[in-house]
Amino acid sequence: MTSPAEHIDPALRVEALASLLAERGLIDEATIENFVKTYEQSVGPMNGAKVVAKAWTDPEYRARLLADGTGAIAELGFKGPQGEHIVALENTPTTHHVVVCTLCSCYPWPVLGLPPSWYKDPAYRSRMVREPRRVLREFGLDLDDSVEIAVHDSSSEVRYMVLPERPAGTEDATEEELAALVTRDAMVGVANVAAP
Amino acid sequence: MTSQAGRPAPAGAGGLGDRGGHADATYLLDSAGPAAPPRDNGELVFAAPWESRAFGVALALHDAGRIDWEDFRQSLIAEIRDWEAAHPSGEGWNYYERWLRALERVVSGKGLVGTEDLRARLAVLVSRPAGHDHGGAGNDQPHEHHAHH
Repeated sequence: MTSPAEHIDPALRVEALASLLAERGLIDEATIENFVKTYEQSVGPMNGAKVVAKAWTDPEYRARLLADGTGAIAELGFKGPQGEHIVALENTPTTHHVVVCTLCSCYPWPVLGLPPSWYKDPAYRSRMVREPRRVLREFGLDLDDSVEIAVHDSSSEVRYMVLPERPAGTEDATEEELAALVTRDAMVGVANVAAP
Repeated sequence: MTSQAGRPAPAGAGGLGDRGGHADATYLLDSAGPAAPPRDNGELVFAAPWESRAFGVALALHDAGRIDWEDFRQSLIAEIRDWEAAHPSGEGWNYYERWLRALERVVSGKGLVGTEDLRARLAVLVSRPAGHDHGGAGNDQPHEHHAHH
């Protein structure tokens, strides 16, 4: 089966679809705009960074996060679509976790926002599974051979986020200062958190 | 720094790295640190207005209970799989084009908008004079209901 108009400008295809759906009362403009605005402006990796900083400074929260990611994340008010089953993976000096979605780019929206383009790219999705050490090196993360790399494939059942290692020299940093160090890439597992 | 707008190089070309950079104008414009996040790490969430529209339409349909998210996801998986099978080099990849096609399939599969209705509306939009603004959020079609519905 071919698309009605695969060769036509996608902007026109979206407008054709949206206008018909709106005329039939199936969706409304305000709702569309609201979702877009929310994910462009309000939901993003700063949410995940707060989760990580809290886990670094509050051992009980860290334990709850690792036992029940969705629940611990909801404690901070972060919930919503694609956040139903979030599992936090704890990096250690001997194990480094990295996340991929080989099929369709599942991603924990409430804590990380929408995925960056490289996460959705066919090359990332296929190569991270086959040769993670090499792909991580291309991201600038050169892990020692003694560090085991665990690649996790997100799905509709489970969406992963990485709890990175707290960088050395941040013992006196506040939770807020720590959150400012945490990057999206670190929570996907393609980077570590650098000391300030 | 590589261009943040460009897609990563195809598999094997070694192009996945060097994209956490903060040197692009968007990042500088929008802030420092975790306060500006969907755009943090130097990358816009959507590369074009139509991508955000396609995203918003899918979420709005789900929110209104018109589509099942897992149906949509399976449609998206199939679209991505078929595209990758037909384009082994990865050249021309655009995630939201797959998203839009998956959405079109689910919407017609559910009978919300038939393929023929979509074709007819597209023909109208395509025939609009050059320079007509079709990039924004506006729905400038007349709002009457179609006679055949």
